[in-house]
Amino acid sequence: MKKVIMGNHALSYGAMLARAQVIAAYPITPQTQVVELLSEMCADGTLDAKFIKVESEHSAMAACIGASAAGARTFTATSSQGLALMHEMLHWAAGGRLPIVMGDINRAMAPGWTIWTDQNDSLSQRDTGWMQYYCASNQEVVDTVLQAYKVSEALSIPSMVVLDAFALSHTYEVVDIPEAAKVDAYLPPFKPRYRVSPSDPRAFGGLTSPEHYMELRYNLQLDMEKAPALIEKTGREYEKIFGRYLGQVDPYLCDDAEIVLVTSGTAGYTAHVAVDEMREAGYKVGNLRMKVFRPFPFEEVRKYTARAKKIAVVDRNISYGHHGIFSQELKSAIYGHGDCKPVFGFIAGLGGRDITPSSFREVVDTTISLDHPAGEIGWIGVKK
Amino acid sequence: MSKEKKMKLTLPTEELVGPGNLACQGCGANLALRYLLKALGKKTVLCIPACCWAVIDGPFPHSCMGVPIYHCAFETAASTATGVKAGLEMTGDAETTVVAWAGDGGTFDIGLQALSGAAERNDDIIYVCYDNEAYMNTGIQRSSATPMGAWTTTTPVKFFKDEPKKDIDAIMAAHRIPYQATASIAYPEDVYKKALKAKGIKGTRFLHIYAPCPTGWKSRPEDAVKLGRMVVQNCIFPLFEVEHGETYKLTMKPSTKKPIDDYLKLQGRFRHLKPETIKIMQEAVDHEWARLLKLCENR
Repeated sequence: MKKVIMGNHALSYGAMLARAQVIAAYPITPQTQVVELLSEMCADGTLDAKFIKVESEHSAMAACIGASAAGARTFTATSSQGLALMHEMLHWAAGGRLPIVMGDINRAMAPGWTIWTDQNDSLSQRDTGWMQYYCASNQEVVDTVLQAYKVSEALSIPSMVVLDAFALSHTYEVVDIPEAAKVDAYLPPFKPRYRVSPSDPRAFGGLTSPEHYMELRYNLQLDMEKAPALIEKTGREYEKIFGRYLGQVDPYLCDDAEIVLVTSGTAGYTAHVAVDEMREAGYKVGNLRMKVFRPFPFEEVRKYTARAKKIAVVDRNISYGHHGIFSQELKSAIYGHGDCKPVFGFIAGLGGRDITPSSFREVVDTTISLDHPAGEIGWIGVKK
Repeated sequence: MSKEKKMKLTLPTEELVGPGNLACQGCGANLALRYLLKALGKKTVLCIPACCWAVIDGPFPHSCMGVPIYHCAFETAASTATGVKAGLEMTGDAETTVVAWAGDGGTFDIGLQALSGAAERNDDIIYVCYDNEAYMNTGIQRSSATPMGAWTTTTPVKFFKDEPKKDIDAIMAAHRIPYQATASIAYPEDVYKKALKAKGIKGTRFLHIYAPCPTGWKSRPEDAVKLGRMVVQNCIFPLFEVEHGETYKLTMKPSTKKPIDDYLKLQGRFRHLKPETIKIMQEAVDHEWARLLKLCENR
């Protein structure tokens, strides 16, 4: 059934179709509609779940951890400061191998107070052991929530489904809402290997000496490394049932491109439009929109940048004192594989400043005009 | 033929806290959990944040316990327990009692927000604070449960703790939860009775159990139970219960209220105190005791 819905409601529909059993959430702009709709769904019986209206994001994630450990499928959503407050518990969820799925609405970090988008909130959680998916349409949000549960539960690793504040969270688009019966076939109920239950009394997460700790983390990494193949497989399964493939990256005209743009989130769709315009003007340019950030899709990235002469990464985030984060990651992925081609790192759109097709035109023009990057970072649209 | 009287046991013999665990000698927290679980039984899940009991049950992959434990972050005992309860219910287990088992630091200080949240929502959990009056697991640092006058490693004798203990029981009563009680490990039957009563009630229940810590109090291990008795008899830690934040009931009224001096003398943490400070402390105890008696009269 096709519906015109906002990005936030796409998350709610995803959680509803996944038949999340326990939801614990705390309100934060611009996430509120996600949990408002879910609380209505719980109230009117559309969704048979317990909705715990916690007093903070920290408790939201703690409650999800408890519920997931008890064997329930759990969901939460947050943004920015809320995600930062959860930080400790994100480690707990991943270290505890709990397949929680969470929506994060990318909102810049304060101060100064802001509600507009950039990616520093979610990318600051890079090393917590969560998988991260960056969406660029409301359709992709619904679909990705379902895939995320499937991959998470197979690997016992939590997932974050990320979307841009306002540019997606509050933007209405036509979404083909998957049919519940078909979703049930794609995503059967959660069956954990271990659960907290008096019928099998175990201690979870007790004091772990150097003799054991390292293997717990080694195994987490091993399972994380299984994710790319599993995302590919579940993405194809999804395509068979629903007609939409869910991959790790979304390449556009990369095969013959001399310059490949590397983008993410809604800016990735803007780049797509910009590539069309520039192709008409004779530029040999392509766009590699990054969908999955963790685990990093090494193979896909190497494959789609292999033939490019130059790479231009546009980051809506920054690691202060270094580069944009996608830029760093991309370089680490291609280093030592094939030619050492110049990677131009650009930063644009922090705190919700618009990224438009002309931003990408500027990126490409700069990249063409130089043999090598002029400095560490190319700033787009900043008032210097 | 013999008329031998069979010994009558006042507590079930089943032990869900196994021997050989990592508790210190004379640990009150160890006894507290033993008595609690005698009442709650096997169908119990414990959520344990950072506290002595995060270690006592044994290192991975061991556990001395006959019930499952979910070790959780320091400030999340209540919220994790809420989640476990919801998760069990949604997967077909409505029966199991879910307990947050936390120390005083995890309750009075860092976990207070989550506890308040759970209590306000009246989440169906039993929250138990075993109170040894400081951060003992990290090496005896003061918490807001540390009594006035006490030495800890962060309140050295020259600057001993100058503030009274936070009144956590009043805070919980202000949440109007269906049931709360104080208890001391020196009165096992009382701990048992209150835990059993709590088990039979739905909603947030709060038990505050006094748990002497010989290691941190610089007292003799063999005095732990004695201290647990003295603290009730001198009315520093009265035993009472409250229903819905309103109905207060004393569950043990000392026949004669003892002065606090002897209790203080048994503990190295109070050794530095001068008579004038002890006098102020005694007055504070008297004041609080009179206040409690009034609350109990008004029932």
